[in-house]
Formats: sequence, structure tokens, C-alpha cells
Amino acid sequence: MEIPYTISTRPDTGLWNAKVGIWLFLASEVMLFGGLFSAYVFLRLDAQPGEWPHGLLNVPIGTMNTAVLILSSVTVVLAWAALKMRRYDAYWWYMLATILCGVIFLFVKLYFEWPQKFSHYGVYLKPEAREKYEQYLGNHRREEKGLEPRIEITGHLENHEALTDSNVKEYEIAMDPVNADPDNPAMDRPHFIPLPATDKVAKIEKEDVERISSFGPWHSAYFASYFTITGLHGAHVLGGVLVFLYMWLPVSKKVYQRNPEHLANRVEVSGLFWHFVDLVWIFVFPLFYLL
Amino acid sequence: MNNPPDIAQDPAEHEEYAHGVQQHVSRYLMVGGLLLFFTLLTVALSYVDFGGFLSWLFHIHISPEGGRKLNIAVAIAVAAFKASLVALIFMHLAAEKRLIYRVLIFTGFFVLGLFWLTYLAWYDPITR
Repeated sequence: MEIPYTISTRPDTGLWNAKVGIWLFLASEVMLFGGLFSAYVFLRLDAQPGEWPHGLLNVPIGTMNTAVLILSSVTVVLAWAALKMRRYDAYWWYMLATILCGVIFLFVKLYFEWPQKFSHYGVYLKPEAREKYEQYLGNHRREEKGLEPRIEITGHLENHEALTDSNVKEYEIAMDPVNADPDNPAMDRPHFIPLPATDKVAKIEKEDVERISSFGPWHSAYFASYFTITGLHGAHVLGGVLVFLYMWLPVSKKVYQRNPEHLANRVEVSGLFWHFVDLVWIFVFPLFYLL
Repeated sequence: MNNPPDIAQDPAEHEEYAHGVQQHVSRYLMVGGLLLFFTLLTVALSYVDFGGFLSWLFHIHISPEGGRKLNIAVAIAVAAFKASLVALIFMHLAAEKRLIYRVLIFTGFFVLGLFWLTYLAWYDPITR
């Protein structure tokens, strides 16, 4: 049985099937990501002073990944245009470039950005114990300047056994510069290139600690929303890459030889999905990396 | 561009059509460049202390938190502009069929409703 309107358009709507289909799907995707973004807004508005962290993500890496995604949006639309001009060779190369961009994006996320977070620790201090660690928090100066207080000491955990061994009474943290040099005004705003942890070690008694955790989704509302949204976004990138791979492989050349418009339409709808994924990232990047 | 003619039959027609596609290609490249530029711009602007700058310019007091809100507003504005470029040009929404717009109007309505509900939950007018 021949399915109608895969290539030609329906006379009443002026659209072919897949185009309506993808837009209905994207409408549901808007609601899906909309729900998560509104959760982000809610959590952020509800955060107490000092609870919402700033400058914990690597901005140059994030900027590069944003550029990679934008580049792939350009190449996929060029791949589609190449099919429209019946230049299969050009299409093949543009599609390959798109796939590679998607793979680079995922690689950077999975092998660089995320694992770094899991080895970085934050210690939330009990409110009554903060004064004791003033030398690492610099809250007196911050209060004078009207800045939010610091409630956490971050860095590399030197004695991992402290996490499990109750005989060890304190955590040893090689602090990030923000805690190693808390009264430096340069630490009030995030740095473009993240500064590495110093070798200055803070000893924090366990009884002063509200909780300690690595920068995983369990760390805070910030990281919970970061991992949820970038995780779902990453899954979309993976899905897009798999679809593009299928259209790039020789199987799809048969579709092209039968009717080039059919492949062009397939590339157009998967491209629409890809642009949407790019569009989501355009909001993810400033919300989590910059603000 | 949404609905191309069957282009392989008449060589002259094909020529004209390919030329049209070529024009689109240069537009896509331009939009890609703009998007990259605005990405760098939004990164740079996020390090500008708008609160401090405006306090200095108009001799008014803006708290650091107020300054941060200004930065958020600027970044969201740039992101919205970039997103509309992607939607209008790459996703061809600048010239689409009416049915698609209808679907999207409903989507916009419901997603705004969703954010409104979130705001309502945060503002909590009943028990506050």
C-alpha cells in the first residue's frame, strides 16, 4: 500500500505528513522542556540567600559546545539544501559534519564536563558554625557589601575515608580559590576560565557540617536541575545523531535514487528536530553556565 | 521553499530553483555567523556588572542582587533573540503553512500557562 502525502502535499493543508507530525511532536517537546525550565525557575526563586551557586561550570567549554551545536545546525540545513539541488556528494559531507558535531558535543559532556563534577566536593556548614570558618567564607566583608553569604566550602576532598569512617572526625578539603582567598573582591564574580583548586587545606569538623557531597545531582537544587535538563538534552542529541547516521548510511542513498525529494523531506523533518535541540541549548547555556 | 516544484524535469526551471536554494544557503551561513557572534556576546555580557555600571551612570543605588537580575534579563533577551533566529530561519517559521502556526499558538498558550502556574505556586497567594 502506498502511503499518500510523503512527498507531495495535501491540497487542504499544503503540507506533507511528516511535517505535521514533527511539529506536533515538537509541540509536546516544548511542553516537556517547558516543565523542566519552569521547575528551574521555581527552585531558583525559592533558593535562600547563598543557596544558588554561581560559576561552578566551565564557561569556555560550554561556549565551545554551544558553538559546535550552532555549527551543526548550519551544516544540517546545508545538507538539506544540497539535496534540494540534487548534490548528493555535498549532502554526504554536510551530514557527516553534522554527525561529528553531535558526537563531539556528547563526548565533551560525558568524558569531560560531567566526570569533573563528580570528583569535586562541597561542604555545607551548619548556620551556627559559619562564624568559626569565617576565614574561609569572608562573610563579614560580603555582608558589608550587600552580597549573599557563602554557606559552603568547596574543593577537593583529601581524605575520602572520612566519608565512611566515623573515627575520622574532620574533612580535609583542598579549597577552591573562592574559599582559599575569600576576601579578595575578584572572587565575588565568577571567572571566565575556572581557577583550579588550591593546595590550601581546610580542616572542617564533622559536627560543624550540615552535609557533604560531590557535585552530583544530589548536591543541590542547582545541580539536580542541571543534570536533569542537560541529561535530557544530551539524550535528544544522541537520538538526533542516530537518526542522522541512518540517513547518512548507504541505505538512504536508495531512497535518494528512488525519489530525491523523499530523502530531502526526511532530512528536513529530522533537521527541524535538531534545530529544536539547538534552541533548547541556547537557553540552557546562559541559565546554567553564565547566570 | 516549503513546497518545491518537481524540479528535475525542465532544466531551465531547475536552474532557477537551484539559484533560489543558493540564496537560502547564503542566508543560513549569515544566520550561523550571527548566532556564533551572539553566543560570544552573551558570554562577554555575563561578566559585565550592569548594576554597578548603572549605579555609577545615574548615581542611584542598585544592590548586587538587583544587578544580578539585570544580568539575567540581558542574557534572557539575547537568548530569546538567538532562539527566534533559529526558529524563523533554520526552522522556516518565517514562511510556514497556517496549520503549523495554529499548532504553535496553542503550544505557546499552554507553555505560558505552565510558567504561570509555576509562578502561582511560588507566589502562593492563598496561604502566604
